[in-house]
Amino acid sequence: MGLVPKTDIGKVDAIVDRYGADASSLLAILQDLQDEARYLPREALDRVVERLGVPLARIYAMATFFQSFHLKPRGEHIFTVCVGTACHVRGAKRLVEQLERDLKIPSGATTADLKFTLEEVNCVGACALGPLVIINGEYNGSMTSGRLTKIAERLAKGEVKE
Amino acid sequence: MRFATVRDLETRSERMAAADAHVRRRVLVCSGTGCAAGGALDLYEKLVAQCRKVKLEVEVELAPCGEAKEPLYAAVTGCQGLCQMGPLVQILPDDILYTHVTPDKAKDVVAKTLVGGEVIEKLLYKDPESGKRISKRDEIPFYKGQRFIALEGCGRVQATSLDAYIARGGFSSLIKALGMKPEAVISEVEKSGLRGRGGGGFPTGRKWRSCVEAEGEERFVICNGDEGDPGAFMDCCIMEGDPFRVLEGMMIAAHAVGAKRGFIYVRHEYPRAVERLQKAIADCRETGLLGERILGSGLSFDVRLSRGGGAFVCGESTALMRSIEGNVGEPRAKYVRSVQKGLYDKPTVLNNVETFACVPAVIREGGEWLAKIGTKRSPGTKAFCLVGKVRNTGLIEVPMGTTLRSVIYGIGGGIIDGRPFKAVQTGGPSGGCLPESALDLPVDFDALIGAGSMMGSGGMIIMDDRTCMVDVAKYFLHFLLEESCGKCVPCREGIFQLHAMLEAMSTGRSQAGDLEKVRRLAEDIAASSLCGLGKSAPNPVLSTLRYFEAEYRAHIENHKCPAGVCRELTTFQIDKDKCTGCMVCVKACPPEAITGEKKKPHAIDEAKCTRCGACRTVCGYDAVQTR
Ligand SMILES: Cc1cc2nc3c(=O)[nH]c(=O)nc-3n(C[C@H](O)[C@H](O)[C@H](O)COP(=O)(O)O)c2cc1C
Ligand code: SF4
Ligand code: SF4
Ligand code: FES
Ligand code: FES
Repeated sequence: MGLVPKTDIGKVDAIVDRYGADASSLLAILQDLQDEARYLPREALDRVVERLGVPLARIYAMATFFQSFHLKPRGEHIFTVCVGTACHVRGAKRLVEQLERDLKIPSGATTADLKFTLEEVNCVGACALGPLVIINGEYNGSMTSGRLTKIAERLAKGEVKE
Repeated sequence: MRFATVRDLETRSERMAAADAHVRRRVLVCSGTGCAAGGALDLYEKLVAQCRKVKLEVEVELAPCGEAKEPLYAAVTGCQGLCQMGPLVQILPDDILYTHVTPDKAKDVVAKTLVGGEVIEKLLYKDPESGKRISKRDEIPFYKGQRFIALEGCGRVQATSLDAYIARGGFSSLIKALGMKPEAVISEVEKSGLRGRGGGGFPTGRKWRSCVEAEGEERFVICNGDEGDPGAFMDCCIMEGDPFRVLEGMMIAAHAVGAKRGFIYVRHEYPRAVERLQKAIADCRETGLLGERILGSGLSFDVRLSRGGGAFVCGESTALMRSIEGNVGEPRAKYVRSVQKGLYDKPTVLNNVETFACVPAVIREGGEWLAKIGTKRSPGTKAFCLVGKVRNTGLIEVPMGTTLRSVIYGIGGGIIDGRPFKAVQTGGPSGGCLPESALDLPVDFDALIGAGSMMGSGGMIIMDDRTCMVDVAKYFLHFLLEESCGKCVPCREGIFQLHAMLEAMSTGRSQAGDLEKVRRLAEDIAASSLCGLGKSAPNPVLSTLRYFEAEYRAHIENHKCPAGVCRELTTFQIDKDKCTGCMVCVKACPPEAITGEKKKPHAIDEAKCTRCGACRTVCGYDAVQTR
């Protein structure tokens, strides 16, 4: 995938049509859009406004209320640190801090070269394995700061497959 | 295949039960979130492929087959409980439970056990005290003292198969309920004393009755699968591991209250639960278990799944309904009750996933059966996620009335590395932390509230002496600060202030008198917030203050964090007498702040140390000390 993929209006339309262009399915439409592009591109949202006839403000209200939406492009590699309670008591915060130092970005941000994104999530249901870090969709349990540093280094060098 | 009548379904159930009884051997691979993270799905595929490679015939679906054939049947199940040691594989009827079965072990399992009939010792559970290997699941201490009602099928049947569900009596409770008057179904649930498992413990039967009594043409049934408590995954396991049971519970509720439409609201972070429920809904529609005139009865009912967007407050009943309607999920004042005016202002029954999962058993066995299990005021069982600093983490279900001590020390096997127990947290962000002195309390809605915590939806987080109670309280406040919907001032601004005060404590900026301010503000927030989130937000602070005030005082008066967690108040040092010079910490230290030669005491360069705590975790000699 390119750095910032161009929004394919046809795809946006297909998603809107999946829900019969019904405004009460706005949440589901935004979720499907985000699954497609990993974030909600502005052009896509403009198209949704046109199609559903809802104000952009309402879309923003929804997209900012729910944590799972992203309004900015996200990186090629995504580190998602679980900061649920079970992971917290096993040191999740230290892992976030370690990645902040390694990637040189604050949690929630994406590196300028769009290579890395660092995010937090509140529990993904694998609490028994905490602390847990999801790296590009893969769950890694019993994580340590040392292991994370090594993984980040390898990804930066492009040594690990997608 | 379509079940037009009860008889059609019964015929199919009988055939599938016969097929199930005919299975020579079954291999059940756990595909719960924990085991899946350890590669369980890959393992399953490898197992099947390996069987085929060695020409061992294997069925992946329960299928009626000729009498002569006694198949080997391999399936994925929901969480089998002991997630800590996953991926887990059960082999029946041999009654073998294998632990830590990573995908590379597939070949061995097939060759040695499935073909050779031999037990692989090193994959068996090892008792930490005696070092003895245990093969039978029910003889492992973790599984003793548990009783499964909501989790009856989770981890035991193929999670994705309608046939596997009906082979074990699935939907027989629906059939029974359809033969009863709705009123009789409600009475049965009332008799059982079943209380809502979503946290509040409201009597389920009474909720259903109020819904029936409310005025309105149309009624709804909603299943709350939002599971917002960060550190809990019971509902996730039930939805992934036994989706048909949840649907059956909802159908029985729909018959009882006269609903035609139902919704399941599932948390966004649970993609597999979404996928499995969606498939279960599709299978039910296709076979006529959902739709018009189900099984030829008067019940017409359909279920739609809505994905949540990752907001804790949406687990609150009124916010959840707003969200299903397509709006931002903000709670509504409770002066109108949602059983009367709920979704689209119509009478609505909303129950938790685990509550619905209990319903089929209540109908099958009768209300009095459940009433006899557990305690008088909290009948039945409760599922918990036993996590944190406990040795055996996983998913459990115990009769109400079981003491916290037997859960933590019996099932959980005590604290990791034999460290001292400090607190157990239940009820998530709305709950509290209970100390050692509360360990003999029974698991019971009222007993836990009396002690300043609450049952909650089932998160149970165990903490040891290296957990800081100020930090835990601050953690929950931070969580709630982000999750408050912002509609009312006491919640939005109050939590912000409380969090700032605790932040000051944990960074050494607080002053004498701050404790009193914290207490007063906490009480005000509880008294004046609109919804349950705000009302219960101060609980984590108030309960830790109640039992761990000395620890707060150490932060405020001495600027010290006794547990060595709050980084501004902590320095790390290596105790020269304890350090064996094993070099383990050197490798674990990301900024390379530790120096020392092999077999000689190491030292930490304080200027380089980022206080990450990694060295303390890895040191096997307790040589890393905090001050
Ligand atoms: C802030 C807040 C969050 C909640 N989150 C959940 C949740 O995640 N799951 C749940 O079942 N109930 C949750 N509840 C409780 C629900 O409002 C409701 O009482 C419950 O789902 C009713 O089902 P039950 O009677 O079967 O327990 C929450 C309540 C509040 C105030
Ligand atoms: S108490 Fe908090 S979460 Fe609940 S309505 Fe008020 S602001 Fe929103
Ligand atoms: S606390 Fe972390 S940074 Fe400091 S010495 Fe230990 S491992 Fe190194
Ligand atoms: S707390 Fe991290 S997975 Fe649940
Ligand atoms: S996920 Fe496999 S035992 Fe819980």
